[in-house]
Amino acid sequence: MTDNDDVLISVRNLCKIFGAKPQAMVPLVARGVSKDELLADHGHVLGLCDINLDVRRGTVFVIMGLSGSGKSTLIRHFNRIINPTTGSVEVAGKNILEFDATALRNFRRHDISMVFQRFGLLPHRTVIDNVSFGVTIQGVSEEKARERAMSWIERVGLSGFENYFPSQLSGGMQQRVGLARALATDAEILLMDEAFSSLDPLIRADMQDMLLSLQAELKKTIVFITHDLDEALKIGDDIAILRDGRMIQQGDAQQIVLNPIDDYVSSFVKDINRGRVVRVSTIMEAVSTNANGFTITADTLLEQALGELCDSEYDSACVVDADGKAVGAVNMQGVVDVITRRDCDEAAE
Amino acid sequence: MEDGGWLLRFPELSRDALRAIKKSFDFGYRQFSRTYGEAIENVFEPLLQFLIWFEDFFTETPWMLIILGIATLAWLASRSWKLVIGIVVSFMLIGVFGMWEHTMQTMAMIVVCTILALIIGLPIGILMSRYDRAQSAIMPILDVMQTMPSFVYLIPVVMLLGIGRVPGLIAVIIYAVPPMIRLTNLGIRLVDKEVLEAADAFGASYWQRLTGVQIPLAMPNIMAGVNQTIMMALAMVVIASMIGVRGLGQPVLKAVTNQYFAVGLFNGLAIVALAIVFDRITQAYGRRLQEHTELR
Repeated sequence: MTDNDDVLISVRNLCKIFGAKPQAMVPLVARGVSKDELLADHGHVLGLCDINLDVRRGTVFVIMGLSGSGKSTLIRHFNRIINPTTGSVEVAGKNILEFDATALRNFRRHDISMVFQRFGLLPHRTVIDNVSFGVTIQGVSEEKARERAMSWIERVGLSGFENYFPSQLSGGMQQRVGLARALATDAEILLMDEAFSSLDPLIRADMQDMLLSLQAELKKTIVFITHDLDEALKIGDDIAILRDGRMIQQGDAQQIVLNPIDDYVSSFVKDINRGRVVRVSTIMEAVSTNANGFTITADTLLEQALGELCDSEYDSACVVDADGKAVGAVNMQGVVDVITRRDCDEAAE
Repeated sequence: MEDGGWLLRFPELSRDALRAIKKSFDFGYRQFSRTYGEAIENVFEPLLQFLIWFEDFFTETPWMLIILGIATLAWLASRSWKLVIGIVVSFMLIGVFGMWEHTMQTMAMIVVCTILALIIGLPIGILMSRYDRAQSAIMPILDVMQTMPSFVYLIPVVMLLGIGRVPGLIAVIIYAVPPMIRLTNLGIRLVDKEVLEAADAFGASYWQRLTGVQIPLAMPNIMAGVNQTIMMALAMVVIASMIGVRGLGQPVLKAVTNQYFAVGLFNGLAIVALAIVFDRITQAYGRRLQEHTELR
């Protein structure tokens, strides 16, 4: 997370309707005709409806939804592989819907790149030629492109495989190639369309860790699509939940987990280990006195805070910010209540 | 016609009307060929030179070099000694049985036909793959080209250009080019959508996408098209010889008219041998292209 809050990508009132005459359907959708009605009575599919979102520079924005929720359609609006029916998409202050063919091509070559669910690698090219693909399209000479590709192959841990063909690699390795290919163009924005969804759980976790460590260093602006809430909570700075083409909740991991907006989101959130998502600062009581001298920093995860409390001789601690200033207090009972959801149960009763 | 007769007999056009239609059609075309025949012949002159150059090349190059060349090609395409030895033996037999020159003439015709089919077929196939409208317009034409009996389109070609090698070559190409076009179109349409999307997402221009992604990935199908074109061209060898294409078709034709069974059989077998040689070489090459292109 960064403190830099400036918005790089801004989507406003975006709608996407698939069918013969999408424009004619816009007023109907605005009147609130549902997805099912639109399909049954008018033969059009409502892909996305009234989407508004802001992606902050240097952060990971996760769009989470089940299949059919429109998330893959949405991510394809960011580089205009799909054009919206209405609405606007602004990147760095420029409305990309106004780009002509040349401007759009240059935008795709230099400013935005993409990683695909089924990798989308060129099967007839070796790893190094796949990674240099985007770079050669930019017009960089073959030799320089290969040099750049080589350094990214090393970064994603594929040294020694540069002359293999994609079909000779495992799924996880193929997706590393896909990631290296996307990073090699030096684009500021990285779109990841269910990039890790087709991988085994262990390899998926590896890839998530690799992405996070690369991100800590590169500070790209990443739009990440997933159907897995655990994945969303792990890597997302901001999370948007999509259902039937509408955005139903947007916020950071803690807001989603602690305050699900409706039953739909609650059903996702109920099996989540809160101790690994919620931070001490969220549940502390705002008192500024240091009672017993035992301190915990504000951004500690509850799970870790619980451990620290157990190891200490106290059952409460003073919460301090990064500068060591006291900002609040937590006690063992409060932490346990949140982790075990007793606070929700009480609210339910 | 008496009343009610049309119920029993199909009410066809009167003989005079039919004759008038046919006559004016024939007259119109004859007029056209008289006026433009020479000009069109001049247009095809380079084609004739092209064919003659290849004929000279194949017939005048020493036989050992030709066999060596084809054996090398087979090795490069297939990396199989069995195929190479089979090819050398069949060419030896062709030579021993006195059919070398005719075989070389037919080879020249096939090579020229294949090159032209590629030049014509690739762009048309690419066009069809890009525009659905082009596909629905061209498909029926290809169907006609493949099902119309070749003798029928030999008539206007001969009327226009007379008897000779060029009209023969044109007839062969009309018959042989459709699979080239079809398989190019099909191959490009079958390219994985996600790979194409990736090319788009990285800002590839149409040309970069075509040459860097679509054609390489369609290559196995395009090679199958080349293979089919060669096979169909060989099937036309005898018919083409009726209007003056030199090669193995001529002795076969002579054998048919004079009932020389042995001559017909030998030359027919030589055509079969050529077909097998070309088929194995192109197929082996197509397979080798595919080795790494199949994603799991």
